[in-house]
Amino acid sequence: MKKIYLLCLAFIFLSGCSSNVWGWYVINPATPSGWINIKFLVSGIGNTILISIVAAFISINLGLLVALPGQSSRKGWRIINRVYVEFIRSIPLLPMLFWVFYGLPIIFKSMGLNIPIDPFWGAVITLAISDSAFTAEIYRSGIQSIAKGQKEAAHSIGLTYAQAMRYVILPQAIRRILPPLANQFIYIVKMSAFASVIGMQELTRRANEIVVTEYRPLEIYSLLILEYLVLVLIISAGVRWLERRMGSNENQ
Amino acid sequence: MQNTAISLANVNKWFDNFHVLKDINLTVNTGEKVVICGPSGSGKSTVVRCINKLEEHQSGLISFYGKELKNTQESINSIQGNVGMVFQQFNLFPHLNVLENLILGPMKTRGKTKDQAIKIAMHYLERVHIPDQANKMPAQLSGGQQQRVAIARSLCMEPKVMLFDEPTSSLDPEMISEVLDVIIELANDGMTMIVVTHEMGFARKVADKILFMDQGKIVEQNTTEEFFKSPKTDRCKTFLNQILKH
Repeated sequence: MKKIYLLCLAFIFLSGCSSNVWGWYVINPATPSGWINIKFLVSGIGNTILISIVAAFISINLGLLVALPGQSSRKGWRIINRVYVEFIRSIPLLPMLFWVFYGLPIIFKSMGLNIPIDPFWGAVITLAISDSAFTAEIYRSGIQSIAKGQKEAAHSIGLTYAQAMRYVILPQAIRRILPPLANQFIYIVKMSAFASVIGMQELTRRANEIVVTEYRPLEIYSLLILEYLVLVLIISAGVRWLERRMGSNENQ
Repeated sequence: MQNTAISLANVNKWFDNFHVLKDINLTVNTGEKVVICGPSGSGKSTVVRCINKLEEHQSGLISFYGKELKNTQESINSIQGNVGMVFQQFNLFPHLNVLENLILGPMKTRGKTKDQAIKIAMHYLERVHIPDQANKMPAQLSGGQQQRVAIARSLCMEPKVMLFDEPTSSLDPEMISEVLDVIIELANDGMTMIVVTHEMGFARKVADKILFMDQGKIVEQNTTEEFFKSPKTDRCKTFLNQILKH
């Protein structure tokens, strides 16, 4: 494997030597125009992060709300959970984005509501709903992984269902849920690139705009990939730090 | 105070098609200690789990101090917390330390302040002889200590009745007596209790009444003395012979 990586790297660098394949001038920080391009490209990161964080926040809460009826002993509640999860997770992100951005305002209007959906909220709502089906499943497996005796013990000291969840089950489940939730957050960050198609000024949109004016897709998209790579690596490091902190006060 | 603490009349329960409890009749008076024994799968645990509504019963009448317990949320709330339960697997909350395990119930369901709850918790930790372990995590304790914490956790709710579901079955042999001693002390203080156990020596010492169950039925119900001296049914005789042989 190592050899293949080295070969790939060598290929990129060597091909960089021949000026008719690579034209790094377009994002060369040493030249004024290159620097302007870089600044324009990288400044999209704020929106990418903002969309991702808001969408992830909604998704984490919505996912829990969807997961809890799935744990009910009543069939009706479980069906609500199943239908939601199966339905939402079968819709591809892009069609859902179009539906929310172009379709939903029409429904709002027909109801006499004047709620405009701008690209930011269009992207956030779509990502959050689409992701919530997956976070719901993550919660489900996390809650189910806590031994039944914990819930029974909580009830035996008089805790209600909500209290048992809040003080006994979820604090234990969250430690097991955290790694897959972090995965989902990385997934959201990457999927936020779709927001570019409804005009959201985030990383991918900015790259597209520069490509149109500079005709240098190879270099610009290479930089774009690098931007996502760095972003995801930072998130991963943050999650590992969080896991260590949460795991430190429990000796299981 | 009403004399009958718990009564079961013709209680039946099914797990799908499996008839686990068949016409269970049982009366436990205030201050009485009842031991339930019998082979695995005979429904002993299910009886105590039906009493504090961790399981639903399908027919018959269960009542607690004269009030009928149905499978409604209202009944469940009225019994859980007023009846203490000690489990075979301890079921301490592993993410909370000993003290936090004990104060959770009093604070969240009895409306005690943290200081009051800690005072109650320390009182009961002393009763189970481990006040010095208050700030440890459950995983740092031995099995016997964990089970004593679990007993203290139930006592913090100041229950009227204690239920024990095979409290010593998952303990190392050396730790069984420290847990049984605590239960005996409780019994001597007049606590009403139902204990599911195989510890016949313990049963002989504390029980006022012993029930023998097999295949979902109460096969024999007698005073402790009579139970050991002259078991009536053959099934019970074989069971006692097997268990007391060694």
